[in-house]
Amino acid sequence: MSAAVGRSGRRGVRQGEAPWVRRLLIGLALTFMFLFLVLPLLAVFTEALRLGWGAYFEAVSDPYAMAAIRLTLLVAAITVPLSLVFGVAAAWAVAKFEFWGKSFLTTLIDLPFSVSPVVAGLIYVLVFGAQGWFGPWLDERGIQIIFAVPGIVLATLFITFPFIARELIPLMQAQGTEEEQAALVLGASGLQTFWRVTLPNIKWGLIYGVILTNARAMGEFGAVSVVSGHIRGQTNTMPLHVEVLYNEFQSVAAFAVASLLALLALVTLVIKSVSEWRMEREMKALDALAPERPGAASSGTSPSWAGRPV
Amino acid sequence: MTAASTLVLDGAAAPGKPKPGAPEAQAKRRAVKRVLPGFHLALGYTVFYLSLIVLIPLAALILKTFEMSWAEFWEAATTPRALAAYRLSFGAALLAALFNLVFGLLLAWVLVRYTFPGKKIVDALVDLPFALPTAVAGIALAAILAGNGWIGQFFEPLGIQLAFNPTGVVIALIFVGLPFVVRTVQPVLQDAERELEEAAQCLGATRWQIFWRVIMPTIIPALMTGFAMAFARGVGEFGSVIFIAGNIPMVSEIVPLLIIGRLEAFDYQGAVALGSVMLLFSFVMLLAINALQGWQRSRAGGGL
Repeated sequence: MSAAVGRSGRRGVRQGEAPWVRRLLIGLALTFMFLFLVLPLLAVFTEALRLGWGAYFEAVSDPYAMAAIRLTLLVAAITVPLSLVFGVAAAWAVAKFEFWGKSFLTTLIDLPFSVSPVVAGLIYVLVFGAQGWFGPWLDERGIQIIFAVPGIVLATLFITFPFIARELIPLMQAQGTEEEQAALVLGASGLQTFWRVTLPNIKWGLIYGVILTNARAMGEFGAVSVVSGHIRGQTNTMPLHVEVLYNEFQSVAAFAVASLLALLALVTLVIKSVSEWRMEREMKALDALAPERPGAASSGTSPSWAGRPV
Repeated sequence: MTAASTLVLDGAAAPGKPKPGAPEAQAKRRAVKRVLPGFHLALGYTVFYLSLIVLIPLAALILKTFEMSWAEFWEAATTPRALAAYRLSFGAALLAALFNLVFGLLLAWVLVRYTFPGKKIVDALVDLPFALPTAVAGIALAAILAGNGWIGQFFEPLGIQLAFNPTGVVIALIFVGLPFVVRTVQPVLQDAERELEEAAQCLGATRWQIFWRVIMPTIIPALMTGFAMAFARGVGEFGSVIFIAGNIPMVSEIVPLLIIGRLEAFDYQGAVALGSVMLLFSFVMLLAINALQGWQRSRAGGGL
C-alpha cells in the first residue's frame, strides 16, 4: 500500500494526495454538504407538499398569505432601489477617489453586517417607538412608524445596507479610473461616462448585488420581527407569516409559504452563479486583451465576492 | 473647465509650485486627483444615507445606555437569565464556528484542488445559507432534527435529542456560518503557489508536512477571518435559532430572544442594556475582522 502511494507520488509531482485520501475528503465534504444544506432544502418542499398540491395551493392563496406576499414585495420594491442608489454612490466615492477617512468610511459601511438583526430592530424602536426619541412627536401627529410598514422598511434598509456597496467597491477598485478618464478626455459628460463606461464594466457585480439585496430584503426575519408588531394581514411579511403559521401548528401552510422563499433563494443562487461565470469570462477576455494593465484582472482581484462572504 | 484642461494644468503646474504647504497648492493637488466628476455628490449622499439609516439609530442605543446609571446597567445586563443567555449564545457560536473552521477548510480544499461531477452545483450551493431566509432554515432544520424527523429519528432511540435544546442551537449556527470559512479560504487557496508545494515535495516533505508547513501558513489569516465572521454572525443570529432552540429560559434562550422578551415586557432598560452589550461585541468583532483582513492582505502582498 505504502509502496503504491509512494510510486504514484513520484510519478506525478502535481498529483498531491493519494487517490484514497482524495476520495475520502471528497466523500466527507459531500456528506457534510448533503446533511447541512441539501436535506433542509428538501425538507421544505416535502413538508410543503405532504398533503398534496391542493393543500399547497390553498395555503399559498390564503388571504393572509397573499397579504404577506404583497407586503414582502412592497418592502423589497422600496428598499432595493434605495440600497442600489446608495451602493453605487458609495462605491463611486470609495473606489474612484482618494480622501481622508476612507478606510474608516468603508468600515462603517460594513457595520450592519456585524450587528445582530434584533439589535437592528431595537435601535429603530428606540428612535421611533412610543418610548423613543421621536415617539411622542410622531404620536401627536398620528404618524406610526414602529409596528407599521415604515418601520419594516427602515429595518430592512439597515439589514440590506452594505450588500451592493461591498459588491461594487472591490470590482471598481480593480478596474481603476483610466477608462473613465479616457472617456472624459474624449468629451463625454459625467453621466455619459457613467452609463457607457462604468456601468457596463460593473454590470454583473451590480446584478449580483441587487439580487442578493432582494433576497435579504424579502427574507429578513429578526430585525423585521422586532418592529413589525405581527398584525396579521397588515404588518406580517412572508417570513413572519411563516412563523405565525408554524407556531399555530399549521405545518403544511407554514412550509408552503416557506417554499416560496426557498425558491427565491434557489433563483438567487442561479443568478449569482451565472453572473459569476460571466464576470470571470469577461475578466479573462480583458486579461488577454491588455496583459499590461496593472492589477486589472490578476488572480488577486478576481471575482470580488469570492473572498467576501456576506 | 473640462477634464482635459485639468490634466494639462496638472502636468504644467504641479512641479513648479513654490509653496508646497500653501492652501492653493493643496487644493490643486486634490483637484488633480479628482478628475472624475461626482465626488462631492457621491460622498455627500453616502455620508447622509449612512447617518440616517445606520449611525443615528445606533447612536440612539448608545445614548440610551448612557442615560442609565452604571449600577442600573450592570444589574440589567447581568441578571442570571442574561448570563445564561450569554453563555449559550457565545458558547454555541464558538462551537459552531470551530466546526465550520474544520469543515469549511475541507470544503474549500475539495472545491479548489479536486474535480468531481457536480462540482459547480456544490460550489453554488455553499452560498445557500446567505440566500435562504433564516426563518425558513429554522423550520426546516427543526423538522429534520425533531424526534420524528429524517435525522432525529436515528438519534431518538439512543436518547439523544438534537432539537429544542442547546445542541439544536449549535446545529442551526453551523448552517448559518457554513459559507464564511469556505468563501474566505477558497480564493487564497486558489492563488497559493503550487510551486512551493512541489519544491517541498522534491525536498522530501510528506504530504502532511507540506500541509502544515507550506499550505497552512498561507491560508491561516483567511481561515481566522472566516472563523471570526462565522462566530460574529452566530452570536447575533436569531431567525434560524429560535425555531430549533426550544427557548427555555436559563437553558436554551439566546441573547437576541431575551432582548425581544424584554421589549415585549416594556422593559426598555433591560433591552437597551443587553442590546448595548451585543453592539459592543459587534464593534470588537468588526475591528478584529478588519485587522485579520489587513494581515491577510499583507501576507498576500509579501508573498509576491
